[in-house]
Amino acid sequence: MAQLKNNNEGYGWISIAFHWLMGLTIFGLFGLGLYMVELTYYDAWYKGSLDLHKGIGILLAMAWVARLVWKLLNPAPKPLGNKAWEHKVAHLVHGVLYLFMLSLFVSGYLISTADGRSIDVFGVFEVPASLMMDNQEDIAGMIHWWLALSLMVLVGLHAAAAIKHHVIDKDRTLMRMLKTD
Amino acid sequence: MKKIILALGLMASATLAQAATYNIDTRGAHAFVQFKIKHLGYSWLLGRFNTFDGQFEYDASAPEKSSVFVEIDTASIDSNHAERDKHLKGSDFLNVSKFPKSTFKSTGFEATGEGEGVISGQFTLHGVTKDISFPVSVIGEGSDPWGGYRAGFEGKTTLKLADYGIDYNLGPASTHVDIELHIEGVRQ
Repeated sequence: MAQLKNNNEGYGWISIAFHWLMGLTIFGLFGLGLYMVELTYYDAWYKGSLDLHKGIGILLAMAWVARLVWKLLNPAPKPLGNKAWEHKVAHLVHGVLYLFMLSLFVSGYLISTADGRSIDVFGVFEVPASLMMDNQEDIAGMIHWWLALSLMVLVGLHAAAAIKHHVIDKDRTLMRMLKTD
Repeated sequence: MKKIILALGLMASATLAQAATYNIDTRGAHAFVQFKIKHLGYSWLLGRFNTFDGQFEYDASAPEKSSVFVEIDTASIDSNHAERDKHLKGSDFLNVSKFPKSTFKSTGFEATGEGEGVISGQFTLHGVTKDISFPVSVIGEGSDPWGGYRAGFEGKTTLKLADYGIDYNLGPASTHVDIELHIEGVRQ
């Protein structure tokens, strides 16, 4: 039987799915974001790319909440290796990754809703505006951009650490995020 | 008492003898810097600059002495759409972090009729300064109900965006923008 929940040794399939689907989506949104701001007015994707970025962003924010709930309902697999400082850094990076994701959702939402317009999610539902401050779209836009870059740097660190565990420490840190026990 | 009345009378005649200075009533928002540009050639898109300031000199009996100075805060552009405004403020268009101000400083005025004339001056936008001239007309002037004296004007001109180094492609119908200035000043 497929193992859905985490245990003390490893991750279940739901945590694994959250990790990789959200990771891929974040890469996709980062690329789409870089690409869409370079499009010119007469590109066919000028409008569509932004709608897609906003729609996926909202769905990702919802997945973030679900993932956090799932994380709280599950045991955390114990960290491998015996260096306490590594465990502390890993824990800190994981926390900051979650925090940066949340801040990206909030800042992105604040750009698009700065004039009171709601965000349309693929025509299925709408997320209404709330805050409307002076220059909100500029301030939120700047924060969104720098957070996105910072998140990518942090993801790079996170991935490098996973590879280090696999290649140098030769432990199961990377493997247990790829499959269950 | 007579002396005071006499002094007031002298002051009044002194102000009548020369062009009076008016501060544009931005505080009471009786002044507007509007713009208008074609969208795809199918409709007009309207917007405005919410923050600006300025003065003008005007005397109906000596219109050739008229002058005006307006300074516009480019980041205050408002087309009623935050995402569009963000784009307009960015480097594709106004580049407001590099060019926060746009100014018009008149250098001459030619009366063309009763309450009408052509004003010429230097207009700065996107860091580019050009000599432009455009027609202006008096809408009216007189005392206001609160003890002040006001005069109001309108002026319209059309700018080619590429002349000011704004060359983002909005399509062949959208290369020019109409600027409308509607200002009311309170005499100082």
